[in-house]
Amino acid sequence: MSDQNVNKGRRRMLILTTSAIGAVGVGFAATPFILSMMPSARARAAGAPVEVDFSKLDVGVLLTIEWQGKPIWFVKRTDAMMKKLGTIADLLVDPDSDVETQQPAYTKNLPRSQEKYPYISVMIGICTHLGCVPLDKFPVGLASGMGDDWPGGYFCPCHGSKFDMAGRVFKNVPAPTNLVIPPYRFLSETRVIVGENPGEAKA
Amino acid sequence: MEKLMSWIDDRFPLTQVWEEHMAKYYAPKNFNFWYYFGSLAILMLVMQIITGIFMAMYYKPDAGLAFASVEYVMRDVPWGWLIRYMHAIGASMFFIVIYLHMFRAMIYGSYRGPRELIWLFGMVIFVALMAESFMGYLLPWGNMSYWGAQVIINLFGAIPYVGDILVEWLRGDYVISDATLNRFFAFHVIAVPLVLVILVFLHIVALHKVGSNNPDGIEIKKNKDENGIPLDGIPFHPYYTVKDIVGVIVFLMVFSAIIFFWPTLGGWFLESDNFIPANPVSTPPHIVPLWYFTPYYSILRAVTWAWLPGGAKLWGVIAMGSSLVVLFFLPWLDRSPVKSIRYRGWMFKTALALFTLAFLMLGWLGTQPVGGINTVLAQLGMLVYFAFFLLMPIYTRLDRTKPVPERLT
Repeated sequence: MSDQNVNKGRRRMLILTTSAIGAVGVGFAATPFILSMMPSARARAAGAPVEVDFSKLDVGVLLTIEWQGKPIWFVKRTDAMMKKLGTIADLLVDPDSDVETQQPAYTKNLPRSQEKYPYISVMIGICTHLGCVPLDKFPVGLASGMGDDWPGGYFCPCHGSKFDMAGRVFKNVPAPTNLVIPPYRFLSETRVIVGENPGEAKA
Repeated sequence: MEKLMSWIDDRFPLTQVWEEHMAKYYAPKNFNFWYYFGSLAILMLVMQIITGIFMAMYYKPDAGLAFASVEYVMRDVPWGWLIRYMHAIGASMFFIVIYLHMFRAMIYGSYRGPRELIWLFGMVIFVALMAESFMGYLLPWGNMSYWGAQVIINLFGAIPYVGDILVEWLRGDYVISDATLNRFFAFHVIAVPLVLVILVFLHIVALHKVGSNNPDGIEIKKNKDENGIPLDGIPFHPYYTVKDIVGVIVFLMVFSAIIFFWPTLGGWFLESDNFIPANPVSTPPHIVPLWYFTPYYSILRAVTWAWLPGGAKLWGVIAMGSSLVVLFFLPWLDRSPVKSIRYRGWMFKTALALFTLAFLMLGWLGTQPVGGINTVLAQLGMLVYFAFFLLMPIYTRLDRTKPVPERLT
């Protein structure tokens, strides 16, 4: 066979189109493998809402339950804790909870809770820096070992982030945003479903 | 025997490969102490693979069984404790060898042309090795395993827009869970080791194409005798095979001493928090990665400037990533007319000394709590770390170098 009559342009075009189609094929073939690494149906089901009964919980004490494998915190805040929230805006990055992704709209208020029971705080206990679980340091001042200007709140031991009693992040710590508030719905004053919004009842 | 060899050679280039890479592969005659670490790295790779295979016979990659199965290896499997210690302590020893191997390249300019590709293959090996050890560290399912993985995987969450999805994809769940453990096992025992072995093969193919550098940084191929053999070269076998065996023996003495008498090395090689099973609702009071990650971890934590656009968290992750990426560019940052530190001037020597100090200081700070003076020191260390690389094109050009001799000294 001689090379003289070879149409180089056509040959190059055929190679290019074949390679391009081949690359698309590789992309399609890779998709199931890549998607197989997303959370499975079982993992998604484990993210179903959970019901919590905290009738036996004392005031000013932290209760931790698990939802989607994450620690969820419940605190019935005392009047002193509630009063403190309005006085420390200077220390905080986002005192008015303006970052919308950190809480459902119905908890964008000073105590970051639902209007009906403002003193009940429900939060995901995962530091917004790198995912450690902060420690509760509720007593004000030196009693928490945090220095005498400490207003009470949470302290992350990993990288030193601090949050107040509403999970609002302090200035000059590595965590960028306030703690996340999950969707939750009151069944009564002492029973809550975590993972559902108010007025949304799933079968 | 001769007949057998010629039968094989007609079908497979056995004699040719042996001669090209061992018996007639001419290496510079002046290799010193620093040249032990290449062969020791291969030794460690083989040791990790063999001990790993035997541990995989007993290990169970299941969040409910993993911790107990490791303890089972330690207590009930005959000699299981030895195999597991060889593997877990071997990881630390591997990194010691690799860091010294890389430092050798930095002092003698082994990354310089025509050896850029050797350096690049080596860097990919280094990154793959970090991934391998990070995933292996989750497998015992101790509390430090769990929270270490939590922190490191969450680093990817700092990437704008795709971060959250990416993190879910990596974990296969909303938290570190059984799914994460199972996939890390798959990556740790087959995917990454396979990649590592291929990369090491390419690293050596590239090395044997251009030949080894040496402490003088002189190309021995420039001076050949009438047979085309480098005047300053000696055959790799038997000269360097025998030399390397000495290195192996001394290395194994140190390795054995640690395994038998001080396996935890005071928490540096095995951390006490990892003798507690993983607990998803309780973080250890003080999260520390293993020592070989701490310099980069320090850089991550050193970025605390919240006024940066996108926030301190994102820039911390960028700084940590850059501290690795910048190493890839080393062959092109160095503009000095000489390779070896022996013929460099005071500027490079000072820069390298400061860099080494900064690296060690960052490593130590990564094991310490943050805040106060530690943060300031880490920021200083980070500055020196990046200045070493980014100013290199300037100071290596200004530096007053000594004349390089024609032949090895």
